[in-house]
Amino acid sequence: MAYLELNELRRSFGPVVALNGINVALDQGEFLSLLGPSGCGKTTALRLVAGFDRPNSGSIVVDGKDITRVSPNRRDMGMVFQAYSLFPNMTAEQNVEFGLRIRKNKRGARRKRVQELLELVGLGHAVKRYPHQLSGGMQQRVALARALAIEPRVLLLDEPLSALDAKVRVQLREEIRRIQTQLGITTLYVTHDQEEALSVSDHVAVMWSGKIEQMGTPSEMYSAPATPFVAEFIGTMNRLEGVVVDGERGEVEHGGTRLTVDTARGRTRGEKVLVLVRPELLQLEPSTNGAAGDNTLAGEVVTHTFLGSVTRLKVQARAAELISDVPTARVDSLPVGQPVVAHVPTAGTRLLSLKDEPASFELDPDNP
Amino acid sequence: MRRKWIAPSAVVWLVVAAAFFLLPLIATLMFSLRSIQTNKCCSGAAYSLIVHDHQFWHTIRVSFVLSLETIAISLLLFVPTVYWVHLKLPRLRPVLGFMALIPFVVPPIILVVGLLDLYKGAPAWFYDKPYGILGFAYVILAFPYMYFSLDAGFRAIDLHTLTEASQNLGASWRTTLLRVILPNIRAAALGGSFLTLAIVMGEFTIASLAAFKTFPTYIQIVNETQPYEAAALSLLSFMIVWAAMLALLFVGRGRVRTAQVATTR
Repeated sequence: MAYLELNELRRSFGPVVALNGINVALDQGEFLSLLGPSGCGKTTALRLVAGFDRPNSGSIVVDGKDITRVSPNRRDMGMVFQAYSLFPNMTAEQNVEFGLRIRKNKRGARRKRVQELLELVGLGHAVKRYPHQLSGGMQQRVALARALAIEPRVLLLDEPLSALDAKVRVQLREEIRRIQTQLGITTLYVTHDQEEALSVSDHVAVMWSGKIEQMGTPSEMYSAPATPFVAEFIGTMNRLEGVVVDGERGEVEHGGTRLTVDTARGRTRGEKVLVLVRPELLQLEPSTNGAAGDNTLAGEVVTHTFLGSVTRLKVQARAAELISDVPTARVDSLPVGQPVVAHVPTAGTRLLSLKDEPASFELDPDNP
Repeated sequence: MRRKWIAPSAVVWLVVAAAFFLLPLIATLMFSLRSIQTNKCCSGAAYSLIVHDHQFWHTIRVSFVLSLETIAISLLLFVPTVYWVHLKLPRLRPVLGFMALIPFVVPPIILVVGLLDLYKGAPAWFYDKPYGILGFAYVILAFPYMYFSLDAGFRAIDLHTLTEASQNLGASWRTTLLRVILPNIRAAALGGSFLTLAIVMGEFTIASLAAFKTFPTYIQIVNETQPYEAAALSLLSFMIVWAAMLALLFVGRGRVRTAQVATTR
């Protein structure tokens, strides 16, 4: 039996369905990230678990007990909010101590725990500071210590890093993961940042339109997206629309070019599909005559985006815009305007039926 | 370090503003220091007469206790109400704002007639004593000042997040209000309290029509018969109200500083 269970959780706000029957099962000590774009329902789910809102139907079970109707102050959930939520009239120490005072813990034990936690989050030196004397990152560390002080059954993190600058964000997310692993605390983390979710989680649930599109390990989510939405939301993906022309040999026709992909084997002839190729798998080579060979698409380099060790090249092919990550050391041979051929790999390519495509979702491929 | 100079125009404005406030006070002071026998300066006889008049101390005590009563009732009534409206019923904010304007629209003379008629069957301890019906009427009079101060205070903090953070840590509604919300709106509550104190200490119409002896009605009686004492009394009342405000400020001083800084983020 899972430690945290969300069963068929539904929540509507008037005509807007924020959550449309989500199911989650999480074992004790696991770290799950709810990932998705704005309005997908991830924060609503977290607020239901915290008890700040009630579901229209469904249940929330923690350690075998149904807490769906339990008030938030009796749930023993530690939460770190997106907005800075420290009590402005209290010092860092008093903020962390607050939950322990409510529980009427003894003064000595309280002080010891507060000191331990503030040291755990690296703020042992700032115990007497008020929130306005702390940076954003420090405030969120105190908020984390405060949430952990009460030894919560589940730690809830609602985009706690979104207001911080990039460097602090990376540093703090690693610390959150370190502390979570150290304490073995079951954690539910809401974020719209896929890099954040993939880097710290045991499991990632990608949400879209009030539903969980797919849930799995970060590596599964990246390498085996189950829907076009997940494929596009997690990382960057080339999307090649095509029709299966030979299911036995795994051949798909895309813009007049036949592509052989392993995942097309066994598909029905005439089925409309989406061939998904990660940019790092799409190999580019300069073309001298503009002709394309087997499993290749001809095109022309239109932009370069320097990303450090790799450079992202955008290629305009006949039927699609392609993205390829090329080692920066090699990029001089592929200048803007250079005719190229892109090799679509036979293996490692995903294939999805086009009937799974959400109608209204759009993402900028450069900034997914 | 570069030295800051005050612009000449600013000095002129400061002098004009100071003259506007100080000249009447100085004139009153000069008048109050005239001798009752010779009509010439300077004698402290008017002050001596006032401070030795037992009515002075009685009425000032009545008005001051009424002020504290009004402040206490107003805070008890309006802090939870405004908190709840901000948190759960934000659509009612304009309604409350409109209601708070009613004491400005309805003159005190109408208000007191209505209240006396409404409560004529009330028990004697309420109807015949100033701390009953008069305190009640002053809560109504102070409503706009207290409401708009508190409203501004609640708008200055992230009420939802603070409330949820507190509850998440196990606090009840009462604990959340008393230990998290109230300290962070203390400046606003103090502001409303100052205004309430000033209003009650100077309110004449309702007290007079309801036939209660309060400090303003005492000033009026003295004013009609003893001009030098009346001037001395005006200055004394001015100082007493300021002293009371300073006392209130002193009571809430420590926490106000931290809360104010924090809420400016």
